[in-house]
Amino acid sequence: MAAPRFPIEAGHVLAFARALGAADAGLPIPGDVAPPTFAIAGAQFDPDYPLRPRPGVPWHGSGGDAGLVTEGAGGLHAEQHFVYHRPVRVGDVLSGAARPGQEWEKHGRSGRLRFREQITEFRDEAGELVVTARSVSVQREAW
Amino acid sequence: MTPRELAAGQTFETVVVADLKRTQIVQYAGASGDYNPLHTDEIYATKIAGYPSVFAHGMLTMGLTGQAVAGLVGAENLLQFGVRFTAQVWPGDTLTVRCSVVRVGAQDAELSVSTVNAGGTEVMAGYAHARLVT
Repeated sequence: MAAPRFPIEAGHVLAFARALGAADAGLPIPGDVAPPTFAIAGAQFDPDYPLRPRPGVPWHGSGGDAGLVTEGAGGLHAEQHFVYHRPVRVGDVLSGAARPGQEWEKHGRSGRLRFREQITEFRDEAGELVVTARSVSVQREAW
Repeated sequence: MTPRELAAGQTFETVVVADLKRTQIVQYAGASGDYNPLHTDEIYATKIAGYPSVFAHGMLTMGLTGQAVAGLVGAENLLQFGVRFTAQVWPGDTLTVRCSVVRVGAQDAELSVSTVNAGGTEVMAGYAHARLVT
């Protein structure tokens, strides 16, 4: 995920917490701490995020027909790790920059599993590291 | 519960969702921005991708689990939180989070975290490391 400008907005934090079944405590105020996994919602601020329908870009979900099999979109989330250098708070403006990490393979009965790591560093406006996110995706490939 | 009261060997259990609804998965898609149709589009998930139904984002399970961890140690005290997704979570699932206190130091604590479905299958396993409030 590349989120050049990821403002930690009260309404967004509220909607995210509600989706996680949080008891509704009203709109968070500046300084309130976001849920631990909130950095992942930086996807909303990635202009090219592939898992969001975008104007002019074909979408693989169902419409008039059942949808499309897409090359490379079948990966599943295998692992997710967060290191918190400080809490993410309402009012922060973060930027997220992603880079590839390690890649490895496992061989199973049904084919080859390819694991790919991506590391995203979220920094505040002062350039200080706030959260380091490491995501591992797995893709099954036929023999 | 403040983190100060944690002691090694303790285990805390919380039901974080009962009878998971497809609507909550849609709610999470909207809030997180991950609109992968595997999670929200039953026709795509079954006819194109070949799954028995849509299934929850791994990050929904991690997020639900994170709320339980934050309830125990305080979100502001978390230093690390990491997980492996070990089984899919389906509509109708009831998820229970088990947090076990592995170690308590003078300044920090380590927890192991396991999220299981009603059948007892672990769907997510991980760890959390938190600062203790002074």
